Amino acid sequence: MTARARVWLFLVPALGAAALFVWALTGLPDFGHYRGPYGDVVNARVIPERHATSAVAAVNFDYRGFDTIGEEFILFAAVVGVTVLLRLERDEHEESPRDRAERHASIEVADAVALACIGLVAPVLVLGVYVVTHGHLTPGGGFQGGVILAGGPLLVYLAGRYITLRQLRPKGVLDLGEGAGAGGFVLIGFVGLVAGAAFLENVFPLGSTGSVFSAGTLPVINVSVGLEVAAGITLIVYEFLEQALIVRAGR
Amino acid sequence: MNQLPYFLAAWLFFVGLYGMVTTRNFLHLVMCLGVLQASTYVLLLEVGYRAGGTAPIFKDVPRGTRAVDPVVQALTLTDVVVGVTVAALLMALALQAHKRCGSLDPNDMRPMQG
Repeated sequence: MTARARVWLFLVPALGAAALFVWALTGLPDFGHYRGPYGDVVNARVIPERHATSAVAAVNFDYRGFDTIGEEFILFAAVVGVTVLLRLERDEHEESPRDRAERHASIEVADAVALACIGLVAPVLVLGVYVVTHGHLTPGGGFQGGVILAGGPLLVYLAGRYITLRQLRPKGVLDLGEGAGAGGFVLIGFVGLVAGAAFLENVFPLGSTGSVFSAGTLPVINVSVGLEVAAGITLIVYEFLEQALIVRAGR
Repeated sequence: MNQLPYFLAAWLFFVGLYGMVTTRNFLHLVMCLGVLQASTYVLLLEVGYRAGGTAPIFKDVPRGTRAVDPVVQALTLTDVVVGVTVAALLMALALQAHKRCGSLDPNDMRPMQG
């Protein structure tokens, strides 16, 4: 089929679908006139019931926590998938990073870039921990903070310290963090069952609204998710970086 | 025209879809899928928006402040996570396709090539 025919084959049904889509949109309430009721109920109940000031985090990790376990395992499955897809194959071998660094000695990272990246590692990690631990108070949480945390190792790589990154042999630690984070969420769910309540019910002491140690299970789940996301995203990045070292036999 | 902001979602959806259909590069395809998915974020956030409402974060604001819907924002977070994981998996597949065929053009792929 020619490219032109393919575009026509797409355009005709797409225009029909677009017309239906637009028709459906005109049936929505006017923009800015939210009719509720769920958002209003959550907004009104989140402080009295959960002592958490971030309604989004309360929905994600408490009211809708079971769903978020599924979401977390989507990420888990994707990390496993990327690892399996990018495994070392039969006709491939891994070049030692030192050999490669010697061959590519001309590709040097500018000192200013390296310095800026190394200088940013610690602040980025602190910011990530802050965003994870304050998820129930302000915007943020385990997912957002975890991605920021994963920025740390990436900065080390950008600074041209790939050899350093590999010498840390992070894979075992990352696998552990990934598994512990994903399992931790489920474990916190079982605490509810052991306490005689429902799975994932918020049975921890709620504390005083606005403090870091408040909102019961929310900060604990956030830390667990933060660990899982940070380890998972770093593993994905690491797998892609490893590919640069893989050489196919006979090429 | 009070529904006009919703059409942004429709526009993003079909522009992304068009890009995916006509693409000549797998990485471009992943980017187009990202654009397509952005339409769902926009639509979710728009549906929960309330004129004059603040973010549903009740730290340092007086009790009873009008806020937008937190439920759709939580759904958007799920959506973003799924988008990232799908992009990572597709890029891994694109990498393997490039290893086998030496090309990222979908037209160069043959069905069931070992």
